[in-house]
Amino acid sequence: MLSSFLQFLISGVTVGAIYALCGLGFSIIFNASHVINFAQGEFIMIGAMSAVWLADAGVPLPLAVILAILVTMAVGVLLEKLAVEPARKASVTTLIIITIGASIFLRGLAQEVWDKNFHKLESFSGETPINLLGAVLMPQTIWVLGTAVIVILLLAWFFNRTLEGKAMLATSFNPLAAQLMGINTKRVLLISFGLSAGLGAVGGIVITPITFTAYDNGIMLGLKGFSAAVLGGLGNGAGAVAGGLIVGIAEAMAAGYLSSAYKDAVAFIIILAVLVFMPNGLFGRKGTERV
Amino acid sequence: MMEVRGLISHYGRIQALSGIDLRVEAGELVALVGANGAGKTTLLRALSGVQPLSGGAIWFEGADITRTKPADRVGLGIAQVPEGRQVFGPLSVEDNLKLGTYRRRGPNVAQDIERVYTQFPILKEKRQQAAGTLSGGQQQMLAIGRALMSHPKLLLLDEPSMGLAPLLVEEIFRTVTELKKEGTTIFLVEQNATAALAIADRGYVLETGKVVLEGKGADLLANDEVKAAYLGGV
Ligand SMILES: Nc1ncnc2c1ncn2[C@@H]1O[C@H](COP(=O)(O)OP(=O)(O)O)[C@@H](O)[C@H]1O
Ligand SMILES: [Mg+2]
Repeated sequence: MLSSFLQFLISGVTVGAIYALCGLGFSIIFNASHVINFAQGEFIMIGAMSAVWLADAGVPLPLAVILAILVTMAVGVLLEKLAVEPARKASVTTLIIITIGASIFLRGLAQEVWDKNFHKLESFSGETPINLLGAVLMPQTIWVLGTAVIVILLLAWFFNRTLEGKAMLATSFNPLAAQLMGINTKRVLLISFGLSAGLGAVGGIVITPITFTAYDNGIMLGLKGFSAAVLGGLGNGAGAVAGGLIVGIAEAMAAGYLSSAYKDAVAFIIILAVLVFMPNGLFGRKGTERV
Repeated sequence: MMEVRGLISHYGRIQALSGIDLRVEAGELVALVGANGAGKTTLLRALSGVQPLSGGAIWFEGADITRTKPADRVGLGIAQVPEGRQVFGPLSVEDNLKLGTYRRRGPNVAQDIERVYTQFPILKEKRQQAAGTLSGGQQQMLAIGRALMSHPKLLLLDEPSMGLAPLLVEEIFRTVTELKKEGTTIFLVEQNATAALAIADRGYVLETGKVVLEGKGADLLANDEVKAAYLGGV
């Protein structure tokens, strides 16, 4: 009983951590531009697929991981430069549609550059399971959680403690005043796409040894990251993290106790419930500590 | 220090500035007065580079900055306290001040913050509070303090007295006078023509996007036309 509950909890928290990183990506771009970037899931896929591809080509794993993150960040920056920036004067709705177009394009591109098959990345430190009160903990799970915790702490530090991070927040609160402070608001937008792409890539890479990846893997992950962000209140960093964990745990429990057929429905039920009953999310969008 | 020639600007098809000429010399306090909708804010936005121009030129310290980016103008030493304060509401008072140093960075940030706190002790009391929770007068002090953190050579002030109680208005104008005494060059835009012209070295009167009068502050105060148009009704 306890052991199966613990097992579901572990798997929920593990995928939840990835949704949290993805949700943070949504929130950062939303703060900088009020755009919901529907290509966020593709950042996860590109990170994972590039890491697999590089590792298969013989690049040592740590180097493959770093290169894959950099490649994905470059894709994020290019997306902003080539698709979002030129349409900066258009309505937010237009910009959101542009990101949907970009996500379709990136999936197509991934299919051409790589293929349509599932791919696996080798676990970072072996496959010897650890027994935890009757539940099984894979070493890669510890990698996922450790990485997520470190990345989230770094982000919190960046936005709450550095002038550059505060400048990004300031730009989201009041772009005109930010310009008058000498903040280059175009650069803030570029950084937020690069940063969000990097977050997606990190999540996609650490989870791939557990879940596999494919060219269209970003659709589901992106939607679940989006529901995490919406649940926590779009633009609220701490909310996105909590939202990610809630979505992850809820779907693991649904899959475990009901049927795995319900797994993906959970995220959609959460999105709908939030939009109907609490449009500002669990924690709202206002507040001094949104990341 | 700053010179503006033939400045023209539009909002869509509405012409908000129709060929503005003016200058501000180093160390001066120059006031620009005019009724609501005259184009005062548009002019200040143009000086900071956040307003598209359709003609004219802006010179600062001998260089043409007409096409200089807004962020780089702050680097050159032009700071603006915008209309309506525009503080970063959810950020703390202290973070607002720190953002004022964005272009400068520099080692003396803590010292500068203390200087602002000496000038406006209430800000020190509320240093950790979100700026949005301050009263209008306190937000105005914060907006001025934030602009000073960049060590501006030229300070642009857009209606700092707007919406404030008379006692606070007095305090704000006293602060502006002090800043001038300390050597900051100031371009003060106001609807409150009496108070602004009283402390100004020189003044300009703006009407529907055009400078219609200019002169010494005291002379404009005594001018019958100005009296009739701006001083009686305000
Ligand atoms: N965002 C805007 N869009 C269209 N017209 C504007 C805008 N801002 C100002 N205007 C117009 O430009 C003129 C000058 O406005 P403004 O510079 O704000 O005047 P002031 O600051 O002297 O009150 C006014 O006629 C105003 O209606
Ligand atoms: Mg105005």
